[in-house]
Amino acid sequence: MKVALFVTCVNDLVFPGTGRAVVEVLERLGHTVEFPVEQGCCGQMHANSGYREEALPLVANFVKTFDGYDAVVGPSGSCVAMVRDWYPKLAPDSGEVVARTYELSEFLVDVLGVTDVGATFPHRVTYHPTCHGLRMLRLGDRPRRLLESVRGLELLDLPGAEECCGFGGTFAMKNAGVSGAMLADKCRSIVDTGAEYVAAVDNSCLAHIGGGLSRAGGPAKPIHYAEILAAS
Amino acid sequence: MSGGNIVARLPFPVAARKELGDAQLRANLRNATHTIRDKRLRMVGEVPDWEELRRSGAAIKDDVLSRLPELLTQFEAAATAAGATVHWARDAAEACAVVTALVRDTGTAEVVKVKSMVTQEIGLNDSLEAAGIAAVETDLAELIVQLAGDTPSHILVPAIHYNRSQIRDIFHRNGLSALTDDPPALAEAARRHLRAKFLSARVGISGANFAVAESGTLVVVESEGNGRMCLTLPETLISVVGIEKILPTFRDLEVFLQLLPRSSTGERMNPYTSLWTGVTPGDGPQTVHIVLVDNGRTETLADDVGRQALRCIRCSACLNVCPVYERVGGHAYGSVYPGPIGAILSPQLSGGGANRTLPYASTLCGACYDACPVRINIPEVLVHLRQTGPHPPAERAAMRALSWIMRDRRRYAAALRAARRGAAPIRWATGRRGAVRHLPWPLSKWTSTRDAPLPAKQTFREWWAHERTR
Repeated sequence: MKVALFVTCVNDLVFPGTGRAVVEVLERLGHTVEFPVEQGCCGQMHANSGYREEALPLVANFVKTFDGYDAVVGPSGSCVAMVRDWYPKLAPDSGEVVARTYELSEFLVDVLGVTDVGATFPHRVTYHPTCHGLRMLRLGDRPRRLLESVRGLELLDLPGAEECCGFGGTFAMKNAGVSGAMLADKCRSIVDTGAEYVAAVDNSCLAHIGGGLSRAGGPAKPIHYAEILAAS
Repeated sequence: MSGGNIVARLPFPVAARKELGDAQLRANLRNATHTIRDKRLRMVGEVPDWEELRRSGAAIKDDVLSRLPELLTQFEAAATAAGATVHWARDAAEACAVVTALVRDTGTAEVVKVKSMVTQEIGLNDSLEAAGIAAVETDLAELIVQLAGDTPSHILVPAIHYNRSQIRDIFHRNGLSALTDDPPALAEAARRHLRAKFLSARVGISGANFAVAESGTLVVVESEGNGRMCLTLPETLISVVGIEKILPTFRDLEVFLQLLPRSSTGERMNPYTSLWTGVTPGDGPQTVHIVLVDNGRTETLADDVGRQALRCIRCSACLNVCPVYERVGGHAYGSVYPGPIGAILSPQLSGGGANRTLPYASTLCGACYDACPVRINIPEVLVHLRQTGPHPPAERAAMRALSWIMRDRRRYAAALRAARRGAAPIRWATGRRGAVRHLPWPLSKWTSTRDAPLPAKQTFREWWAHERTR
């Protein structure tokens, strides 16, 4: 299958290891991964902050860049949700691309029919389902099923898992106090599980959570679940 | 023109900061919202066709909104035929003037009220007070708030920000004696206080949860029985009703009387459902007035995306699941409509200029949309309302620049490279920690509560170009 990697801008600049992990996992499963270099940001930050006009050229660029691939796979719940939920409203010609754009766990579980990707990660891990993956993409237990199939991994339940961590894009800056209060509660729940790692499908949420854990001096470390799936 | 208590006096971030400092408030809220949230989940889980009910509720409300003038006219005709007098009010001032004049005509100086969001929205109690008329709130939580000289902070549980010992103190200060802070003891003290008011009042003021167009019937759904006392004991009843409360037929009630109690109090059925149609000789109020209030609803109706906020049945399920509301409470929203629904309703009802920070008071986590019994896509409306700002100049410039850079591969790659290079000395300075503690404005807002990550040593596209394309 001709799979295009949609790496997302945050991953490209700050978390390139997540992009490399997706490549590793898909190639291990026997697929060819292409990285269309024309790709940029999906426009979520602009659209969600009230800059629709500024988002439109980014939407157009995405549609043009990923046209013609069998599948577009992105390791980000919120960026894929942007494509799936907002593109049809913002760009009427985006239907074809939108229908073939998947968050990694959807692609692995639904399209490839795989839950065991052959990974080994002998650590205690807790999983935070991020809001857009949970409520816009309805990822359900797909990421958990993938993690449960990882050898050596002990998956610990996170109390209040489905509550938002307080990131919310520009919300983290515009309402920093409220965001910080939500983050404090999330970090406490994570630390209380005794996990070594907190995994999620979104590095933006993890950057916020990781920043909180690092400030509080907690032992848990943030990790994108694709990097766990790539570990062997 | 609109007005009343739907305009926030402070921007949300400023008001929220103040509330965040109150640890007691946060504890009270957490307790209360989690209890009611769990209860709602259990009750909703019992209904096998809940999703279909939600869709029916949304469809009925959308139908109403699409032919509101026709249904309102039908309601007016039916209610008038049944002996009620219907009044129309364009805004808060007009509505207050109508009600105040009606009360004054009866010559009474005290009215009993059953909780009504729209009378709070229009600021009726202040208007009555200015005319020398005391309005007694009879809903227990509403009474607590009134005795405390406070304002409600939740649509359904207006005193949610108080715990029981705080309530006992409020009662003591007002001469209502309860020996303990046991809820039954507190309720008994309130009951004794209110009983005297019910028996002496000559005028009752109510809202309505629903108004049935085909029969001119009004419906109030409540838990304590105080509503029924207000609706049946006084000689004169004045019902103040938002024009969006209309339902076409009696049959439509079937859907909403299932959706509302399970979503709001987490009950299968609410204890008291009162329906009244005009005047019945020898039974109940002998003079019935209905004041239909617009106050910004017609303008909201004109917005294709935003009008879905008018489906709201004031159940408050969205408040109870909202992580932002849970931290700051209702007062931070500066409006009688707090929480997620308030963040989309208040700015629309109050028109362009006011409440412009409220649509940003959300992480767009979507919990509210899932909980809403009439499927109001609150995140969608929040984003829609953000299109009109406020857009601070520095933010607008940054957004424009980023859009210009990110739409072009060469500009984008160059910017990523520059960011990666720019971070190199900082990475060196932070050493093994690899995270930044303090950043200059405006990024200092990020580092106020959390460390910041640094750009990687090599961007993904640099890695790809280096490893994969040779």
